[in-house]
Amino acid sequence: MSSKMNDNGTPGVGRPNNEGPDSPGTHVNESSIDTRPAVDAGATTASDESTDEISLTVRDLCLYYSGQQALVDVSLNIPKTQVTAFIGPSGCGKSTLLRCFNRMNDLIDGVETTGTIHLDGIDINAKEVDAAQLRRRVGMVFQRPNPFPKTIYENVAYGLRIQGDLQKAEMDERVEWALHNAALWDEVKDRLKESALGLSGGQQQRLVIARAIAVKPSVLLLDEPASALDPISTLKIEELIHQLKKDYTIVIVTHNMQQAARVSDHTAFMYLGELVEFGRTDTVFTNPTESRTEDYITGRYG
Amino acid sequence: MKAHPHISEQFDAELEQARNLLMEMGGTVEQQLRNACQALTTHDTELVQTVRDAEDRVNQLEIDLDELCVHIIALRQPAATDLRTLIGLMKASTDLERIGDEAERIAKVAKAVSHLPFPDDQYNDIRVMGATTSAMLSKALDVFARVDADQALAVIASDERVDADYDAIVRQRGQQMSEHPAQIERALNVIWAARALERIGDHAKNISEYAVFLAKGEDVRHGNLTAEQTPSD
Repeated sequence: MSSKMNDNGTPGVGRPNNEGPDSPGTHVNESSIDTRPAVDAGATTASDESTDEISLTVRDLCLYYSGQQALVDVSLNIPKTQVTAFIGPSGCGKSTLLRCFNRMNDLIDGVETTGTIHLDGIDINAKEVDAAQLRRRVGMVFQRPNPFPKTIYENVAYGLRIQGDLQKAEMDERVEWALHNAALWDEVKDRLKESALGLSGGQQQRLVIARAIAVKPSVLLLDEPASALDPISTLKIEELIHQLKKDYTIVIVTHNMQQAARVSDHTAFMYLGELVEFGRTDTVFTNPTESRTEDYITGRYG
Repeated sequence: MKAHPHISEQFDAELEQARNLLMEMGGTVEQQLRNACQALTTHDTELVQTVRDAEDRVNQLEIDLDELCVHIIALRQPAATDLRTLIGLMKASTDLERIGDEAERIAKVAKAVSHLPFPDDQYNDIRVMGATTSAMLSKALDVFARVDADQALAVIASDERVDADYDAIVRQRGQQMSEHPAQIERALNVIWAARALERIGDHAKNISEYAVFLAKGEDVRHGNLTAEQTPSD
């Protein structure tokens, strides 16, 4: 994994932050960066989690939209090269939390955060971390596929072109690699120069995933990636997630609990901005610890 | 179980129906067992027939319950407590059906000994074991219905008593056979009945183990009891 990230020449998202960052949010607990044990992940964490390598470390994260609190003291560890699903009712904060991981909330006026998020040990909100560079390492795919009105090839090459110069041969190779990994190559290899808008919804979503992985990110954020797709396309995306987790840390937000159960290794249940329960998906879906989780996943009134 | 109602009332109704089917099955099997034991110890051949007649009902209930559980699993994708409830119901119904079969075995024994002379004191041992086993089955059904893990562990432990009764009957009846060859037929039949009761104890134990699984999501079968899961827990 790490070799894959390094060989594209992407600089790290920032220097190790010894110098007490104080950018977008107010940061707390600076002295304790990454020293806490992995099992300290918020609510009820599976004890075997301590053996997992951690990609994202969230500590005491609070987020306010114009003073309205949307995330309440969220702490959790997102394991590397595994799939973590966020579930919960609308407005529970799961998408907000997801958007913190690539600082998409920076774009919204009136957002304030406290607490810390570290990616591979680096504080992503530190002053010296450039948001654009961060987003290169933390790719994102949205609910509705959003291909650019360009050719299939150019859609995948887009991020690479922004990032810097690749020789034509290298570029071709990378585009093919990304399309292969997004399980789309066989369907589009003869029409790379055609408009991406001619693809089906499911193909477009896989194209967008190809675009996201072309720059070889470390983390892939998926916000309801299959909710606008038919069942067959949905299964293809789910299968793709399963393939991709070999190389990427994947965080998925979904309203489809069966989907969360099928694709994820760990599940976080959020409610009213709080992380209620975080544990192995198997455990969460057969024997959750918290009654609020139980009520939600079994479709009961809480 | 004290759980909040489902948003889908229909789902609640279906789960309730599944539970009711199991309880009806349990009640029918309990009655079969009592009748079979009484038929044996009183030489009442009419009761033998009632045990047999109940079998069709038990089998039909098992089929209905399985169908309903499959329907719920396919259509509702149950999770957590709901999933454990359905799995528990299906497994418990298998055990109940087997208990019904064992009750029939006892009824067959009752028929086989009914032509023998009827000295009442010949059946004290099997009467006591029958009562112990019946009580254990009733408690197992009760803890399953109430999803009471603590009491379930007590019922699981009580299987030892049934096993001890069985061992005693085999020992004493074996001795009886060697000393009084004329009593072999009755003694052998009583041993078979005791064997059936011993198996019924095992099935009742299984049902109690499913109650623990229902309550806690823990599998306590095959002695898989951890330190903190003692009855006083």
